[in-house]
Amino acid sequence: MQLDSLYQEVILDHYKHPQHKGLSPTFSAQVSHVNASCGDEIILNINLEGDLISELTWDGQGCSISQASVSIMTDLLTGKTLDQAAIILKSFSDLMASKGTSPGDELVLEDAIAFAGVSKFPGRIKCSLLGWMAFKDAAIQAQSKK
Amino acid sequence: MSFSPALIRQDFPIFERTVREGKKLVYLDSGATSQKPHSVIEAESGFYKLHNAAVHRGAHQLAEEATDAYENARLIVANFLNAPGGSDEIIFTKNATESLNLLAYSMGNAKNTNRFALKTGDRIVVSEMEHHANLIPWQQLCARTGAELAWFSVTPEGRLDLSAIDSVITANTKVVALTHQSNVLGTIIPLEAIVARAHAVGAVVVLDACQSVPHMPVDVAALDIDFLSFSGHKTLGPTGIGVLWGRKNLLDELPPFLYGGSMIEYVTMTDATWAPAPAKFEAGVPNMAQAVGLGAALNYLSKIGMENIHTHELALTGYLLEGMRGIADLKLVGPTDTHSRGGAISFMVQDIHPHDLGQYLDSQGVAVRTGHHCAWPLAKALNVPASTRASLYLYNDESDCDALLDGIVGAKKYFGRL
Repeated sequence: MQLDSLYQEVILDHYKHPQHKGLSPTFSAQVSHVNASCGDEIILNINLEGDLISELTWDGQGCSISQASVSIMTDLLTGKTLDQAAIILKSFSDLMASKGTSPGDELVLEDAIAFAGVSKFPGRIKCSLLGWMAFKDAAIQAQSKK
Repeated sequence: MSFSPALIRQDFPIFERTVREGKKLVYLDSGATSQKPHSVIEAESGFYKLHNAAVHRGAHQLAEEATDAYENARLIVANFLNAPGGSDEIIFTKNATESLNLLAYSMGNAKNTNRFALKTGDRIVVSEMEHHANLIPWQQLCARTGAELAWFSVTPEGRLDLSAIDSVITANTKVVALTHQSNVLGTIIPLEAIVARAHAVGAVVVLDACQSVPHMPVDVAALDIDFLSFSGHKTLGPTGIGVLWGRKNLLDELPPFLYGGSMIEYVTMTDATWAPAPAKFEAGVPNMAQAVGLGAALNYLSKIGMENIHTHELALTGYLLEGMRGIADLKLVGPTDTHSRGGAISFMVQDIHPHDLGQYLDSQGVAVRTGHHCAWPLAKALNVPASTRASLYLYNDESDCDALLDGIVGAKKYFGRL
């Protein structure tokens, strides 16, 4: 079933067992993003040590795709530099824009490659991007405070 | 003729196609927009093929025919709603959202001596179950004029809480704007007490009838309301056409919203006066083919009979509610019986997010809507951030309900696999 390409096991696993969920008491920047069309929302805290992303924590509610995506993203980007994160974010954004034509770069995206199937479902792309757009915003805000 | 959804479906070409790898289309999203019968599609394209010209202008035969067709559609709407003042009370807009904005902006344009003028101390009343289209125009009108927005709350059962009606609709209330049937809960509100109280304090009653006009007989004279809006596209009609009905004496006093061609009586370089309603509110060349299509849609509905349609949908709602009671972990958002209720049925299935449930149902050919359904304050009040909504119409039958129920059970299995 085509649905299985959307709901990869790793996605459902992260949905049921979200990582880095629960907001850190301190942060370099905090952002809140919503998908106005469906009501999904997340709050993301970023902590920077120099250019290193030392901690990403979040809280939110939404569908399996949006929640698993932010869970996998926080796993993936914690411990990376801002430059490395920018490359991963670009790779993920390109994959989402590919309409199912790109297999994605697994070396860069690691577990986030599971979202390759999402790009075939136009209605779900914004779900998978919610956390990543929040990260982009948070990174800019944290840097501007430096 | 007995009511037959199977025969009715034959009038709708979209049901000839399949979805998602050959699945039968089970369309349970008519609350968002309805499908269109042949007669509507043909009326709209027929206007373009045979009669296309700008209405109310042009010294030629096509202009005459176009004007006739457009004005005939207005008469059909007037008769459909039983407008006491006839077709002069029918204003064509692009949809119900525009109808409500037209009303709110027009009131905002009212000068001090006009009955619609709003100031600090005045009040506009809505409810917590409003669609954004009947909330935000009033909320923002209040912000522009200094008037205060007040609202009826919603009970945990999804009914309007009228226990404090006299302290909600106060003596200084100028407008009471309410949804006739909630697009989320399916609740049909009790109008009699509300209209009586509103009129006792001199307020006008505005009814957002988007979810009622397509599904049951709505008689504006019998309801004793003052304004009503609905959308053509939810009523088997084309997109791009909506209706604002208003009492003639009120439309006469209401200032215009959009200015331009067709809506004037006399113009100089420094001033202008207005044509009488409905022209006063229809600036520019209107959506003519769509109005004609809406006329065909209302004729189609009238031929089947709005009472028959309502009876059918009520029976189907009862059937679906009964089936849902048999599914563990399914929680309805809204009344659990068919009393004062229409066929918009929202629900949650524990542990499956509505967007995921909707995606699974789609894989089975079942089209539903998910999310907050453009009623975010209601979602927050009921602590239901998102839900799944099935909405029924005349072309649905028990097999559609069964497909939904089977789909919900299938989704529970699918997402329960970890």
